[in-house]
Amino acid sequence: MTTTIIWTIVAVTLMGLLLAVVLYLVAKRFKVEEDPRIDEVEKVMPGANCGGCGFAGCRAFAQSCVEAPNLDNNFCPVGGNEVMKKVAAVLGMEVTEKAPMVAVVRCNGTCENRPKTNEYGGYQSCKVKAALYSGDTGCPFGCLGCGDCVAACQFGALSMDPVTGLPVVDEEKCTGCGACVRACPKNIIELRNKGPKGRRVFVSCVNKDKGAVARKACKAACIGCGKCEKECPFGAITVENNVAYIDFNKCRLCRKCVVVCPTGAIHDVNFPAPAQKPAPKPAPKPAAAETPAAAKSVPVTETPAEEKQVAEKPAAENNEKNKEHQI
Amino acid sequence: MKKTFSIGGVHPNDSKIAAGSKIETLPLPKTVFISMNQHLGAPAKPTVAPGDRVKTGQIIGEPGGFISAYVHSSVTGTVKSVGPYKDLAGNYAVHVEIAVEPDEWMDGIDTSATLVKEIPEDRQFIVDRIKNNGVVGLGGATFPTHVKLCPPPEKKAECLILNGAECEPYLTSDYRIMLEQSEKIVIGAAIMKKVLGVSRAVIGIEENKPEAVSKMSAAVASLQSSAKGYDGIEVMVLKKKYPQGGEKQLIDAVMHRQVKSMGLPIDVGAVVQNVGTSLAVYDAVQKNMPLITNVLTVTGTCLPAGRQKNYLFRIGVPLSFIAEYDGGIPEEAVKVVSGGPMMGKAISNMEATTLKGSSSLLYLTEEQTARKPESNCIRCGKCVEACPMGLEPYLLNKLARNNMMDDLEQNAIQDCIECGCCLYSCPANIPLLDVIRVAKGEVIRAMRARTAPKK
Amino acid sequence: MNKVLVSPSPHIHADVSTARIMRDVVIALLPSVVVSILYYGWSSVMLLAVSVITCILVEYLITRFLMKSQCTISDWSAAVTGVLLALNLPPACPWWVAMIGAIFAIGVVKMTFGGLGQNLFNPAIAARVFLLVSFPVAMTNWARPAGFINVDATSGATLLGTVKEGLAKGDSLSQIFAANDFSYLQTLFINIGGSAGEISAIAILIGFIYLLARKVIRPHITLSIWATVIVFSGIFWLVDLLWMKDVMIYTDPLFNLLTGGLLLGSVFMATDYVTSPMSTKGGIVFGVGIGLLTMLIRYFGSYPEGVSFAILIMNSVVPLINKAFKQKKYGRA
Repeated sequence: MTTTIIWTIVAVTLMGLLLAVVLYLVAKRFKVEEDPRIDEVEKVMPGANCGGCGFAGCRAFAQSCVEAPNLDNNFCPVGGNEVMKKVAAVLGMEVTEKAPMVAVVRCNGTCENRPKTNEYGGYQSCKVKAALYSGDTGCPFGCLGCGDCVAACQFGALSMDPVTGLPVVDEEKCTGCGACVRACPKNIIELRNKGPKGRRVFVSCVNKDKGAVARKACKAACIGCGKCEKECPFGAITVENNVAYIDFNKCRLCRKCVVVCPTGAIHDVNFPAPAQKPAPKPAPKPAAAETPAAAKSVPVTETPAEEKQVAEKPAAENNEKNKEHQI
Repeated sequence: MKKTFSIGGVHPNDSKIAAGSKIETLPLPKTVFISMNQHLGAPAKPTVAPGDRVKTGQIIGEPGGFISAYVHSSVTGTVKSVGPYKDLAGNYAVHVEIAVEPDEWMDGIDTSATLVKEIPEDRQFIVDRIKNNGVVGLGGATFPTHVKLCPPPEKKAECLILNGAECEPYLTSDYRIMLEQSEKIVIGAAIMKKVLGVSRAVIGIEENKPEAVSKMSAAVASLQSSAKGYDGIEVMVLKKKYPQGGEKQLIDAVMHRQVKSMGLPIDVGAVVQNVGTSLAVYDAVQKNMPLITNVLTVTGTCLPAGRQKNYLFRIGVPLSFIAEYDGGIPEEAVKVVSGGPMMGKAISNMEATTLKGSSSLLYLTEEQTARKPESNCIRCGKCVEACPMGLEPYLLNKLARNNMMDDLEQNAIQDCIECGCCLYSCPANIPLLDVIRVAKGEVIRAMRARTAPKK
Repeated sequence: MNKVLVSPSPHIHADVSTARIMRDVVIALLPSVVVSILYYGWSSVMLLAVSVITCILVEYLITRFLMKSQCTISDWSAAVTGVLLALNLPPACPWWVAMIGAIFAIGVVKMTFGGLGQNLFNPAIAARVFLLVSFPVAMTNWARPAGFINVDATSGATLLGTVKEGLAKGDSLSQIFAANDFSYLQTLFINIGGSAGEISAIAILIGFIYLLARKVIRPHITLSIWATVIVFSGIFWLVDLLWMKDVMIYTDPLFNLLTGGLLLGSVFMATDYVTSPMSTKGGIVFGVGIGLLTMLIRYFGSYPEGVSFAILIMNSVVPLINKAFKQKKYGRA
């Protein structure tokens, strides 16, 4: 009995020693030399590993910061200026402040505005759906509603509204990392300046079809009539490929465009309530449905031929994409 | 012993309901829309403008790149517009819209019915005729035929395989042309054999089409006894198994050779052409007739027996026109598919037009086609068993949903031929192919991006 | 056309579903169930009822209240586990043992891993081993309750158990067989003693043929287990027969094939989709492993029977087998 115990102790001790030696050798052999500052930078990072900065994770970002000569090309959208200041402090570099961004869904094709023309029966993923066809409504540009953006968001800032079938951004939670922008196959989501007190004006449509076609598919579509472009005192609005776009760096939030838009495609958010009453947006259907008919047809026919061809391009690209999937 | 491919495969019910219907010629509509994007590769560039008058068989689009093809007008009439028009998936492509008038053929096209058996001696003449008449593969991929018939000089073709398998359920257009145009198909095969300089040509037909086998065998025998250049052509009976007509599977079945991953059939000395392509080659070379017609099956179990049809249609006829001519879309149908039920495309826009490669209008009922809710994978391995490429769809599905690109590539997702066997056989109704198809595209793009700078 | 449906290809689906497959397994088990009810009577009915109902109930409760996911009892998989577990219990085993086994099988072995398709071990086998270790007395009490058909057999132990006991005492095989009136015919129809599912080889084989005919399973795993058992025991038996004729201690291949849980295990448990390898090659490796381990335990282990342990051990290496033995890919050497 005693001998058994002794032998056991001896054997286990020997094994332990042997393994310790092996571990030591392995650790020595595979040791990786790293700049200690990487650890320090990583410590001040948010640690979400969301990839919003364009790197695989916070550590990769930290490594890039350490190796870069300055911080101009590196920005952590999640941590924002605060974190970047800390990073700069660790590395002893300068950093320029950036305006906070927020994800904006540029489609107002709710179930009501944009009736379904067919039913999608495949895997519920925008990526799969977009590769298959133009979508289950008449609008080939709008939201597909399968929620790839919701799945991509690591901060729970996106959710699908079951009534409208569109994603909703929670501004409090959105960090502007851009994961949803990359996930959206239709390029509907855009990162825009959050604006003072969260006030923003944007065109909630990306439909490049001609006015009549776009309007037929969706009541809330931008028809490219150009009224907003003419109205804007700051030259912030451009109409290209039958769709208006507001440059948020030029926009002064005067909201004149919101009032003139015949289809209510221009949205203003977080403005004080009373100002919204005169705007046609709350009741866009009856008023907007008839009157803009003339307005929209005129600029459409005026659209020069080159512009039309530019309009076709994205669709052709889309076809290319489809084809690659089919090969 | 009937031959077949060695890995995987499934046995769907072949449902060839329209097999007994003779090919009928479809009348012309008032307007046709001819797509510039009806072949694999770069879209064609339109060469006509609104107001132009075009004759039947006139070129209206020229190749937009090396892998591209000519597009011809299938009717006589006036060009109404040239511009974007939605295809069957609702995406825009450039189409030429032509208001139809009575036929007036281009000069030099032989519209007579006489069979021309003598094969031209000049190879370049043959290739030019094929190219100028816009012939593309009609087996589904619509790859330009002249490109396929001119392999790079360092690669030597050994065998021409004519694909008459028509392994997709429901489709009967290839079967009907094999019955009704057998000799033309064999002449087309002899022409392609001549261009490739191969001594052997095999016409592979599945065992469920015994009449086609006997007709084609008879055509081969009669041509061999009456004219020169038909030696080495044989008809081979293949087992009924989907996807027998897949290019790689057919090569495996006929030649017992396997094309390497990301390789081309020519790497193992094979060139595969569909029987429909062969017919188009005959027309193009012997008659100087451009590819402006094709045969399309209108079928579905919800369609009464009298309306199961095989139509000879002019390319550019809107799908809705064909459906209306055939008596309208049946009430019970919920899905209209262009192509077979395994690989065809569901049509979301019936106003879209027919293309060179259109092969069917298939009506499916809710019961036949609606996907059932997805449940847990029970790891039964039926997808692994079914995959004709020997892949593991269950694994690829999991890796793809987790965006594991490197693992996907290691597990050969790029070899997927999108035949649909995995999804077809999954008892848990997991949308395997939906997920795999998109991930495959991404992996192939990543692979190309990686190799591109080295060139 | 009332609605337009659009989805990626393929647009048709084979006539298969998880529920249909599981239902087929239950149907394939019916002959064994009938035999066990005939020979073991009400106690067998009781075990089956307790086991199946508990399995389904536990799965329902867990999916409903713990996982808050879609309820999966309609796919019949819980019923399969319940029937298999009942067939793996000794007929005289108390009902509460069956209940604990069922709770363990579904609650621990299946649902903690995420439910159907996620479990590493076959729930019925794992539960049987769990019970064997936890309640050794109840699980080896082979007393025969009164059945609807009375068979003139008095013994209260399994054949394998009797053999092992006899060998331990120093008897030779021929002595043991003579003392127990052993005949092969008996193993085909009714074993002397054993769990409900083990008593009739014919009933299990009918189920096997049904499963093959319905294409629910492929035969490679089952056959490779049988082949391994035959080869392994054959070698020992032949050596014994040639040189140790008087005092044989290794049972012959047929005996090993027909007795104990081998048939039940190889047909219904080893072929369980979830816990067996995907590829044909992997399946064969898996089967050979089970056969070898079974025979090692039977010949050299302290338990008389080893199928459950063998399957359990091989279950644990299935992920490795799946990695190492892949299907042959087209165009890749």
